[in-house]
Amino acid sequence: MDNWKDNKNVFWTLAGPGTFWLVMFFVVPLAFLFIMSFGGKAIINGEMSITEYDYFTGFGNYLRSLDPLYLGIMWKTIWVSAIATVLCLVTAYPIAFGICFAPERWKPILLMLVVLPFWINLLIRTYALIAVFRTQGYVNLALGTVGLGPYEMLYNNFAVIFGLVYVYMPFMVLPLYATIERLDKSFLEASLDLGASQYTTFLKVTVPLTMPGIVTGVILVFIPCLGSFLTPDLLGGANAVMIGNVIERQFKAANDWPFGAAISFMLMFATFAALMLRAFIASRSRGVDV
Amino acid sequence: MATQPKPGSGPLDYGSRLWLKILFIVIYIMLYVPIITLIAFSFNTDKRGVVWRGFTLDNYTKAWNNSALIEAMTNSLTIAFIATIISTIIGAMVAVMLWRFRFFGKGTYEAFMGLPIVIPEICMGVALLLFFNVSGMMNFVVAMPWPLNLANIVIAHVAFCFPFVTIVVRSRLVGFNRQLEEASKDLGASEWQTFWKVIVPFMMPGLVAGALLAFTLSLDDFVITFFTSGPETVTFPVKVYSLVRRGVSPEINAASTVLIVITVVATIIAMKLQAPEKSGKG
Repeated sequence: MDNWKDNKNVFWTLAGPGTFWLVMFFVVPLAFLFIMSFGGKAIINGEMSITEYDYFTGFGNYLRSLDPLYLGIMWKTIWVSAIATVLCLVTAYPIAFGICFAPERWKPILLMLVVLPFWINLLIRTYALIAVFRTQGYVNLALGTVGLGPYEMLYNNFAVIFGLVYVYMPFMVLPLYATIERLDKSFLEASLDLGASQYTTFLKVTVPLTMPGIVTGVILVFIPCLGSFLTPDLLGGANAVMIGNVIERQFKAANDWPFGAAISFMLMFATFAALMLRAFIASRSRGVDV
Repeated sequence: MATQPKPGSGPLDYGSRLWLKILFIVIYIMLYVPIITLIAFSFNTDKRGVVWRGFTLDNYTKAWNNSALIEAMTNSLTIAFIATIISTIIGAMVAVMLWRFRFFGKGTYEAFMGLPIVIPEICMGVALLLFFNVSGMMNFVVAMPWPLNLANIVIAHVAFCFPFVTIVVRSRLVGFNRQLEEASKDLGASEWQTFWKVIVPFMMPGLVAGALLAFTLSLDDFVITFFTSGPETVTFPVKVYSLVRRGVSPEINAASTVLIVITVVATIIAMKLQAPEKSGKG
């Protein structure tokens, strides 16, 4: 690798456009958002303006985000994401495990089939779920033939959690597959030979050895769940509002951008906290690639 | 006395366990039933799209004649096309830079490049909305003729697409033998000639894979487009969103099916190009 000082022109030509783009259209907008999060609606001639803002009005927006209503939504966002992540883990683990122990020629196909839905537009997948779950949807139609229902399956927490699991499952399968594939199978044989049951072997050998993949998968699913907007919006409606929906409302219908900015930063802080937790776990399990 | 296990029923032959097979089938069905029914019902004659009444291509003709839908699709493809070209170029340049040079704070720079990937989409969306409004770019761009009125969306898409291109191209460059570069320079090629005649051909599979990734990401994006598009500009996902809020219709199924086919084909090409047995020859 060359030192950048040896060929400054080439270095700057290559680094310039990308760095500029990221600073100008990512860092600067986030800085604007950060400044806005301390702002408020300007008071002009004693009236609250709709379009003008004061730049610094204190920490009012952040204090307001700690109001029980919003704390409740944040708490709900966290537990809905947590349940969706656990369900993802519970379904993805056997899938990843099964792919690793599947016949060699089946592996690529099985893996591809898990990943393929991920490439299909999120909106289309959510729409497909609506068609399945709505009151005149296929599930209710099937239930109707055996004399059950129809049930209202959309616009509640169940629908949101199911939607999140459906949408983010590939994120969980891939890291799990990568670690289980690298797992030295002779450890499992040793454990079974020494008299441990399949169950004990799984809990005491397989799970600890694949922990790095579990942690990565959990983070990869949990973070997008926290910030999800489309799934709770379309599948949850007014009954299952998550933090992303609150942000959207502040920037669209409610038109309170400073407050929306503050909530956006609360969401980013939560995201970074999750990432730091992962880095912390990674540093504790040194030598194991998380 | 323990009996000799039959082939396929050894303690580690989890692949042939019945419960695992059943679980597999159940989960794969769950993954695919919604998408397959969506595609199947795009060929259905029933207007409400609940019961199968017969095969037809009417929904496709209706979608094709729906000028709003076609306009949205044209916008989406135009945005994806331009954003892909820009993302691929600057993403590849950053990848070459990161591969070739060492510099102070490189780790921090790489983390910085990864930020658009980890930050919640909605935060990036509202930040760009605010930025475009405050800087006056929103009003300025919206008043421009097509396709210049899509500039804001293209800018936003490039900002989250090119870091992905950088990752893909860089992983390709790791396998590059630097002696080839030295040989080229020894034989009298300039920096520029070496870049075009030696490095770029080697990078090509990575470039194509990165470009296809950027294309699908841009074509799929709803959240960031939703916030950065002006009131008059509609892309395909934004259009579908407004239609879905009003209810389910076979026309959306038809349009969605077209988009699914485009993305699946692009993905399969990208995966083929990245397959390890093909990448060695470059």
